[in-house]
Amino acid sequence: MSRAVRWWVLGAGTAGVGLVLLLAFLQMPSFGSSHHPYRDAAVPAAVAHGTANVVGSVTFDQRGIDTLGEEAIFFGSVLAVLVLLRPEDEEEPRPEEGSLAPLQSTRLFGYLLLPLSLITGLDIVAHGHVTPGGGFQGGIMLATALHLVYVAGRYRSLEQLRPMPLFESGEAAGVAAFTALGFAGIAVTGSFLANFLPYGTFGQILSAGTVPLLNIAVGVAVGSGGIVLLGQFFTQVFLADREKGSGS
Amino acid sequence: MSVYAYVVAGALLLLGAIGIARSRDLVHAVVCLSISQSGTYVLLLAIGYQDGAPAPVFGSTSAPTTRVVDPVVQALTLTDIVVSATVTALLLALSIQIQKRHGTVDPDELSALEG
Amino acid sequence: MPWEGTASSFAPVAIGVPLLVACLLAALGKLLPRWAVDAVATVAVVGVVALDVVLLRATRAGRVVTWVGAWTPSRGSSVGISLVADRLGAGLALLAGVLVLAALVYSWRYFEDVGAHYQVLILLFLAGMTGFVLSGDVFDMFVFFELMGAVAYALTGFLVEDDTAVQGALNFAIINSLGAYFTLTGIGILYARYGALGLPQLGEALAGQPPDALLVIAFCLVCVGFLVKAAVVPFHFWTADAEAVAPTPVCLLFSGVMVALGVYGVDRVYSTVFGEVLPHDAVRRALLVLGALTALVGALMCFLQRHLKRLLAYSTIAHVGLFLAAAGTLDGPGTTGAAVYVLGHAGIKGALFLIAGTVLSRYGSVDEVSLHGRGRDARVMPWLAVVAGLALAGLPPFGTGLGKAISEEALSASGFRWGPVLFVLVSALTGAAVLRAAGRIYFGLGPKPQDDDQDEASGDEQDRETPALPRVRATMLLPIAALLIGALAIGAVPAVARGVSSAAREFLDGQGYVQQALHGAAAEPPAPLTEAAWTATGVALDVLSVLLAAGLAALALWKAQLPDRLRTVTRPMRSAVAALRRAHSGHVGDYVAWLLLGIAAFTALVGVPMI
Repeated sequence: MSRAVRWWVLGAGTAGVGLVLLLAFLQMPSFGSSHHPYRDAAVPAAVAHGTANVVGSVTFDQRGIDTLGEEAIFFGSVLAVLVLLRPEDEEEPRPEEGSLAPLQSTRLFGYLLLPLSLITGLDIVAHGHVTPGGGFQGGIMLATALHLVYVAGRYRSLEQLRPMPLFESGEAAGVAAFTALGFAGIAVTGSFLANFLPYGTFGQILSAGTVPLLNIAVGVAVGSGGIVLLGQFFTQVFLADREKGSGS
Repeated sequence: MSVYAYVVAGALLLLGAIGIARSRDLVHAVVCLSISQSGTYVLLLAIGYQDGAPAPVFGSTSAPTTRVVDPVVQALTLTDIVVSATVTALLLALSIQIQKRHGTVDPDELSALEG
Repeated sequence: MPWEGTASSFAPVAIGVPLLVACLLAALGKLLPRWAVDAVATVAVVGVVALDVVLLRATRAGRVVTWVGAWTPSRGSSVGISLVADRLGAGLALLAGVLVLAALVYSWRYFEDVGAHYQVLILLFLAGMTGFVLSGDVFDMFVFFELMGAVAYALTGFLVEDDTAVQGALNFAIINSLGAYFTLTGIGILYARYGALGLPQLGEALAGQPPDALLVIAFCLVCVGFLVKAAVVPFHFWTADAEAVAPTPVCLLFSGVMVALGVYGVDRVYSTVFGEVLPHDAVRRALLVLGALTALVGALMCFLQRHLKRLLAYSTIAHVGLFLAAAGTLDGPGTTGAAVYVLGHAGIKGALFLIAGTVLSRYGSVDEVSLHGRGRDARVMPWLAVVAGLALAGLPPFGTGLGKAISEEALSASGFRWGPVLFVLVSALTGAAVLRAAGRIYFGLGPKPQDDDQDEASGDEQDRETPALPRVRATMLLPIAALLIGALAIGAVPAVARGVSSAAREFLDGQGYVQQALHGAAAEPPAPLTEAAWTATGVALDVLSVLLAAGLAALALWKAQLPDRLRTVTRPMRSAVAALRRAHSGHVGDYVAWLLLGIAAFTALVGVPMI
């Protein structure tokens, strides 16, 4: 199709869809209204299960199978990137040469922030059921925090701290733990992903039943998966064509 | 305006789609796709908002109440973000491979699938 | 209550087992030898198939409802997610399991060195399909839909060494993702007003509401993602690109069950949520128009192809159009016809893709023109290919023939007399394309065509997926034969069609779904329909299709010998056909433009007659 025809089709389509969306938006409850029936049921349900972070309760307790599916998507996509960026026979890793050394201040801040970020990430994962946060948010923090080593130092230091097989297994273990907790629900109460542990004291770290455990499983999976994902893209940067002998 | 937030969401969705259609670079197209997705986040979160209501997290100073922002759409948006991030990574990996195979990331020049 | 008892654990286990085994294989795959990985994956899939069979038997007593996380309804509402397995859903889950098993067995000796990643992706795909089909919550359907999608993109681009594979995967990914975002927009719009995401909860909230613009638009937007997945025109452009480049066992899964799930999604959302709100006429008209358009475009493009896998992909699009037209009648006979046709088509199209895979393995190309006569030494494959081609055209007593017969009868009984004409024409065209290709490749029929037509994708650049095979291996022949026999059984065993008709009536009973899932009302599946059987008219129309297919194939093979006068008849059509070809350009920007136009047109088709 020529660009001109594409423009006409696109213009007509955009105008049509824009009109459709506008007509729907005009009939929706106005922005900021207090009409939220699902919320009115979800908040008491969360409190009944001892979870102070209602979003965490909805994610892991009330709509747990959505989160299981989402974990599977994350796992599948990281695997997909592993498959699609697998090194081929004609390629070999090239050394990281000629790059500028980082500034002293970058080094200092990097090494100072690394333990802080890791601890904050762990804290966000662990307290996901009482404060805003949770497995996903904390996991991504952990994954990217590790890469401060690359920002503040050299790629080789990162490679030494990042044994890829460990993190690939870690990701699989995280998703498997989530599913296993679901099956444990069947074993204990006959219901998949049931919250079968005691609900504890509202607002304390030992509360909300299985939600903190699920948060940890997700944190491990997402953290490991994020490291694996970024690792694949890094590997592509530092690959060279064996015949050409220089980077792509 | 009570509809403005939704219009922003719809605009993002459409602008992303237009961006993909006009794109001359696959990486640009992938980023436009994630712009479209951020339109859906804005829509979901705008639907859940309530004027003057606090966040749906209860601590020692806030007693449980249903007068909070909708937590369900926040959970949905979280799922949506994870899906988007991973699909974006997948598409970028595909773009890298296309660059390697075809030497170009311009959709106009990729013509192996005609007819 | 229908959600108590052990049967309610079957659905989540059927979703969780492939997931767990996939994680196991991902972690341990590098340590295990290839045969062990294949064995673990196959055993897991066999287990899921067995569980699906048990679930299907449990649905004899009514829908099997599971409220995940023990969030059972109190006072008629629940904050949890339900998994509702009715007969049709359980049947589709079983179909998905069986096809995944066939694909895995075929892959045993087909790929030589893929590591455990391939099997892990296939298991995740099975989990995604099972979750989508059994889910009773529209956002949950979206999540499993995205799972199917993400894994499908990876499987399509799996053979990264092939130049076209990654491009096909990219087109597939961008269009499907964009479609899914429109579905999410529709879900959000619906949630904003009704505050519910579950199908039973939404069905209850919407019943009796006046149909206004928001409801029409929400329905159309939610259906967009499913229509893209189902490869309905004009959302279909990604299909041929993806199926031309995906590894053969993966194409089997795409054509056999994944596109049918798109039609299922549209029908499920309509019958449970919007059935009591949107007038049947408006929706029926829109689905019939789209179905007919899809069938015609698919059949025409199919007949013009020389790349075997693209030919089969367009034939899938054509048949999806027929499924949508049959299901679009929104009544028992039409839905029964569509379901039987889906089952029969899955077997036939799956077998055809696997046959195309053997062609690629043995002769190194999938181009019908350059493979002229190359297959003359093959012994079994030629006959399997001919049988499959005839079955695609609707040969009785195959399941495709039965589905076609029931659908034609349903359409003409609802007042759409053009239905049988459409079905005969489309199935004849697609059958003819397959017969023509089989005739050229395996029997060397017809003069060797000139290699002058450069408009279309040639199959010669298709890289081998496996090292060159001198003979077809038993693990490749077995699934082909099994699929053909399965398709025959669907049509020849009367109990299948009767069971499907009872399942279809239960499927269309949206209020029954709501009552059973939300209020625990007991229900028995309805009685089978009398229309779910072979009729004299049906058989006659099937035979007509087969004869027409053979005639068209002969015409195509020997067209050089036609008198010139006959050829001038087709000349005016050439520019229209050329324009259609140009629209299928492989350029993702074009596809997005058509997607947007399609959304606007679909919404207008449903909404404007209601003003």
